[in-house]
Amino acid sequence: MAAFLFVPLVAALVGAAISSFNQPAAFRRFTGIGTSIAILVSGIALSAVALASHVESSVTGLLRADALSSYMLCVIGAVALTATWGGIRGSGTADGGRVYNALICAFLGAMSLAVLADNLGIMWVAIELTTIATAFLVGHARTGRALEAAWKYVILGSVGVAIAFLGIVLLYAATRESGSPTLSWLELDQGHLALNPALVKAAAALAVLGFATKAGLAPMHSWLPDAHSQAPAPVSGLMSGVLLAVAFYAVLRIQSIADAVLGPDLMRGMLAVGGLLSLAVAAALLVGQRDYKRMLAYSSVEHMGLMALGAAAGGVLGLTAVLLHILGHGLTKSSLFVVSGRIQGAEGTTTISNVRGLLARRPGLGVPFLIAMVALLGLPPFSLFFSEVGILIAAWTRGMGWVTAIALVLLLVVFAALARLTARLAFGAPEESESVDSPVDRSSHGPRTPLIIALSVTAVIAFVAVPLGSLLLSAVAVLSGGS
Amino acid sequence: MSDNLYAQLISLTAGTLLLTAALIVWRRSLRASVRLLAIQGIALAGLVAVLGWHERTIELVLVSLLVLGLKAVLLPLVLSRNVLNHDDDREVPRLNPTASLIFAALLTMLAYIVCRPWMGDTDDPTSRAVPIGIALVLIGFLLLITRRRAASQLIGFLVLDNGIATVAFLTATGVPLIVELGASLDVLLVVLILQVLTGRMQVKFGGTDLDDLTELKD
Repeated sequence: MAAFLFVPLVAALVGAAISSFNQPAAFRRFTGIGTSIAILVSGIALSAVALASHVESSVTGLLRADALSSYMLCVIGAVALTATWGGIRGSGTADGGRVYNALICAFLGAMSLAVLADNLGIMWVAIELTTIATAFLVGHARTGRALEAAWKYVILGSVGVAIAFLGIVLLYAATRESGSPTLSWLELDQGHLALNPALVKAAAALAVLGFATKAGLAPMHSWLPDAHSQAPAPVSGLMSGVLLAVAFYAVLRIQSIADAVLGPDLMRGMLAVGGLLSLAVAAALLVGQRDYKRMLAYSSVEHMGLMALGAAAGGVLGLTAVLLHILGHGLTKSSLFVVSGRIQGAEGTTTISNVRGLLARRPGLGVPFLIAMVALLGLPPFSLFFSEVGILIAAWTRGMGWVTAIALVLLLVVFAALARLTARLAFGAPEESESVDSPVDRSSHGPRTPLIIALSVTAVIAFVAVPLGSLLLSAVAVLSGGS
Repeated sequence: MSDNLYAQLISLTAGTLLLTAALIVWRRSLRASVRLLAIQGIALAGLVAVLGWHERTIELVLVSLLVLGLKAVLLPLVLSRNVLNHDDDREVPRLNPTASLIFAALLTMLAYIVCRPWMGDTDDPTSRAVPIGIALVLIGFLLLITRRRAASQLIGFLVLDNGIATVAFLTATGVPLIVELGASLDVLLVVLILQVLTGRMQVKFGGTDLDDLTELKD
């Protein structure tokens, strides 16, 4: 089964190669989907291994898939499938989508490498590679705005991740001081190395700060709304749905190392502050938001803030809820970005007040948008409801009462703002001039199936105890220093 | 190598790193900044070579050649190609040179204060030079914040990166080779991407002043 460790990487390389070649133009459109399926299948296979034997499959010491890595691989595959399949029509651009599809495959490969790497340094290289792969995807539209978004994204992303590298370097120095230099999770996580606490403290703080920049946590979030609003819709879906989660996965791993050496206080403080700030920023900027793609981007800041709170709370409940939240948010947000791209294609604008009355005028787009927004708002039966409640209860019961109270107030503001914007977009009265005998557009402007699958999965996933529940529990055990 | 010579060589290369960083803060000409960056790359490669000689590891000597090729030759070449394309190589920073230099001095002091608890009171020449790496990181930040031109921000990013590499070599004699290779490749790709974006900016806005980038906001 160890071969499945290499399947995602090989699939991404093959996909990128096929996309770059000129000849089989028909295949090119499907390389992203093919890579996503390969990642999803290997994720499921590796999860089965992790569940069956509780022994991590390990090859050459550089790649390793424990329960957490396998779960993240499944999330990457599932969200990528939604985004690439749902966005398949959006790729017919000037160069026939060669660069676009090749970069998508490279992006997916880099994210898979990031979660499969057993070595902190290699994980860092992979996360930096995601910035490189997505830079031209963000600037794909070649407008002044896309250029501005791409510049800010690359500068902030690389500087942030460079700070994380400084943290990793100091951690390496700490292990060297203790006599066995290593950057392997497996060895760092055991907590049996006698590491210098002062050095680990600085290292963990810098590493979390750096990866949090990439995860879009406030106050280092400023690249996120620009990049997500300017990138092509499927790319925004991928960045919002999984790239943020992959960066957050790095934060979780660093947290488990730091907690083993220093106790939970440092990471808890940093993550709680980052989480609350993210919720506050999202609440403040969603209230008066006018652009629906930026609305979705700020909602991602909000959800990353929630995940940070869950990680700050920790414990089995908190971490399980965070991991479930990653999957639910990824599927919902990628569906929403796919739909928003279709709305943009049909309406030619991303301004909310220029769209209005979508449900009546374009039910083929309005219905999936509305259902996905209901899921994003965290209403049952969608899994985001259960994971949000889980995170809040975990924070409350683990001695973060004030933080939970503030978070609840901010969440209510976010909920109200999002609900108002959604209502305006879906139900608002169409403008006079347009409502005059324009025929109702029932087309869904692209494949419907991926959206139906993604949203159905989000609706039922919280009720599936086996095998998802057991996989989540063993993934949490990995983070808690067990197994 | 005698311990005395070793300590002197470490101080010399680390001092050159800090001096070039301060000069980059002071100079306004982009061409001069790129040349200083190349000298900084040479100093970094020298530092690695001295460490490799002292530790008697062939791997570090190879890494020093890699650093020399990348940071002293390749990256400055890529940068200068872009800078030489324009007649206007003047940077108009947000801070005047005097204020920038005072800030750089304050940041260097800050770096020494920050490093105290980690390093303790050792006489080891490498440990004593670590604050210079941190100072380089902070000065890189200063450049990123106070400069307006796209190329200057790139230079700031590279100074920051040199600072991190300095800390890596001084505290842990570098990261494992495979990580070093990956990280070098990443830095090269980031610089190339930013170069392409700068070129597009030149076409789109007729200049590379980042103050023009103000369309996206809430």
